[in-house]
Amino acid sequence: MQLQLDKKVAMRDAFGETLLQFTKDDPRVYAVDGDLATSTRLDKVAEGNPAKFLQMGIAEQNMLGVASGLATVGLQPWVCTFAAFIVKRSLDQIAVTIAQPKLDVKMIGAYSGLLTGCTGKTHQGLEDIAIMRSLANMVVLAPADAVEVKKVMEFARDYHGPVYIRLARDPLPTLFAEETHTFTPGKGVKLIEGQDVTIISTGTQTGRAVQAANLLRAAGIQAGVLHLPSIKPIDVEAIVEAAERTGAVVATEEHSIYGGLGSAVAEVLVEHKPVPMTRVGVRDLNSESGPNDALLKKYQIAVEDIVRGAKEVLQRKEKENV
Amino acid sequence: MKTVSAQKKINWLQKKSSETRRLILQTVHHAGAGHIGGPLSVTDLLIALYFDVMNIKPDEPLWAERDRFVLSKGHSAIALYTVLALRGYFPVEELKTFDDIDSRLQAHPDMKLLPGLDMSTGSLGQGISAAVGMALGAKLKQQTFSTYCIIGDGESQEGQVWEAADVAAKYELDNLVVIMDYNKLQQFGWKGTEGREREIPIFSPEDRWAAFGWNVLAIDGHDVEQIIEACQQAKRVHGKPTVVIAHTVKGKGVSFMENNYTWHAKVPNAEELKAALEELDMGV
Ligand SMILES: Cc1ncc(C[n+]2csc(CCOP(=O)(O)OP(=O)(O)O)c2C)c(N)n1
Repeated sequence: MQLQLDKKVAMRDAFGETLLQFTKDDPRVYAVDGDLATSTRLDKVAEGNPAKFLQMGIAEQNMLGVASGLATVGLQPWVCTFAAFIVKRSLDQIAVTIAQPKLDVKMIGAYSGLLTGCTGKTHQGLEDIAIMRSLANMVVLAPADAVEVKKVMEFARDYHGPVYIRLARDPLPTLFAEETHTFTPGKGVKLIEGQDVTIISTGTQTGRAVQAANLLRAAGIQAGVLHLPSIKPIDVEAIVEAAERTGAVVATEEHSIYGGLGSAVAEVLVEHKPVPMTRVGVRDLNSESGPNDALLKKYQIAVEDIVRGAKEVLQRKEKENV
Repeated sequence: MKTVSAQKKINWLQKKSSETRRLILQTVHHAGAGHIGGPLSVTDLLIALYFDVMNIKPDEPLWAERDRFVLSKGHSAIALYTVLALRGYFPVEELKTFDDIDSRLQAHPDMKLLPGLDMSTGSLGQGISAAVGMALGAKLKQQTFSTYCIIGDGESQEGQVWEAADVAAKYELDNLVVIMDYNKLQQFGWKGTEGREREIPIFSPEDRWAAFGWNVLAIDGHDVEQIIEACQQAKRVHGKPTVVIAHTVKGKGVSFMENNYTWHAKVPNAEELKAALEELDMGV
């Protein structure tokens, strides 16, 4: 694995281009928009294949319901709007008309997490993983770079049932090679082998986790990185293996610490292999608008926060071992 | 002038409605749970749809070209189940399992359990959006089936209903018929002002839907002939969806339940059941 910090590609561009291709290749696939196509890149479908683009207006509850109806007649709607809106405004609609009947609807939460282009708390999606993974039949995925976005989308297209995919707004460093990277639901990706501590991450935070591991290595700490693009189903085996091997875990995500990846990892550890663990995510704080670096720092999910978390669990591990 | 055979058909459908109402009352009494007012209100609409209007194959419930139906006011499930049973989708005997654990006849419709249900509902305001999706899907796939959806008047307080109305008009879904069961009562509602206890303060649904660009028809929702005629008229309209404002009576057919909001979801005891059934037997 080679982290290419200089080769940055936006997930949303990969998403728009891939979906446009899907609409051309697969008669079932339609793009469904809640009037955010220029932000989410659904406009690529609107321009490249207008017959496959459905505008539902600024009316998210109806949009998810219409998607359920389209799915019942054998179409595969890809509904995309900001993560904050798709999940919170239409939760009951998703539960009743998509998740419970296990309909073939793909839901894309664009602009997830903290970094939503200086839009602040109304537009940040910090609860989507927690909410979506609590729904019956829901598959929850958070790719880490543009290459993985495409792989995850290919899986979702071929899988019959509801899938939630979490995307981010800004260009991200490239982690994976298109030719070699594969995605399997319920499987993690071991990015760095480590002996002292394992950083378990998802989505946009994985790039930062790799940077943190490199800093730790320079300080003489062998930190591993386990990336989990599939939060539900989750890779129990890989989490337990990491805990057994390194005896300390940091879970990190660009999401609230409540109910997200950290909670999911903690659930696995408590049931199978309790070890010292900490979560690096957005604490119970009301966020605000601001530039990326400042937001990451203030809300404590920057690279240095992951480093700090790793050192803290290491100390606890050593204390326990005395 | 109505032909003899047309009159015969109407009489036969009315008998089916009475039979449905009897079974609804018996089933809810047997289950010890369920809704009463809404199901009795919607019975004639369902009978007209399932025994005359809709193009369906009960022995092939997933037939791709079938007309679709969504009961958006899902709490009236027992009326739909009864009509499906009488139409041959499953044995009438199975109604006894209504609301029970492991039953296909859940308190609210579950499309995964019972073939013949095109959508799961129960959370009000949502079914109409799914129906819009079905009608839109038919257009996209160039299929010729129609989609029918029954909504409640109380349910129409949900904003999502009007989101759906807006989109259906924009996509010119002339293959969609929404029927509003306009019985003017909901569960508890507002205190009435003109003697009608807890009547819904909805201002002319006819005008509202027209303002959203729909073809609007208003009928007596207990007159099967009018229901059938309205659905036929909807088929002749091009470029816009149709809403049928069906003026109905909540608790229809049982005098002490009619227009009485307290019967929204009350289970009749043995005495009340007997009185209700006697009254229905005196009817058609
Ligand atoms: C979203 C939602 N809110 C509340 C309810 C509870 N509820 C079930 S039926 C009902 C009244 C419905 O009134 P109406 O639509 O007029 O139906 P009808 O009178 O025909 O029974 C209510 C409030 C629900 N099922 N869903």
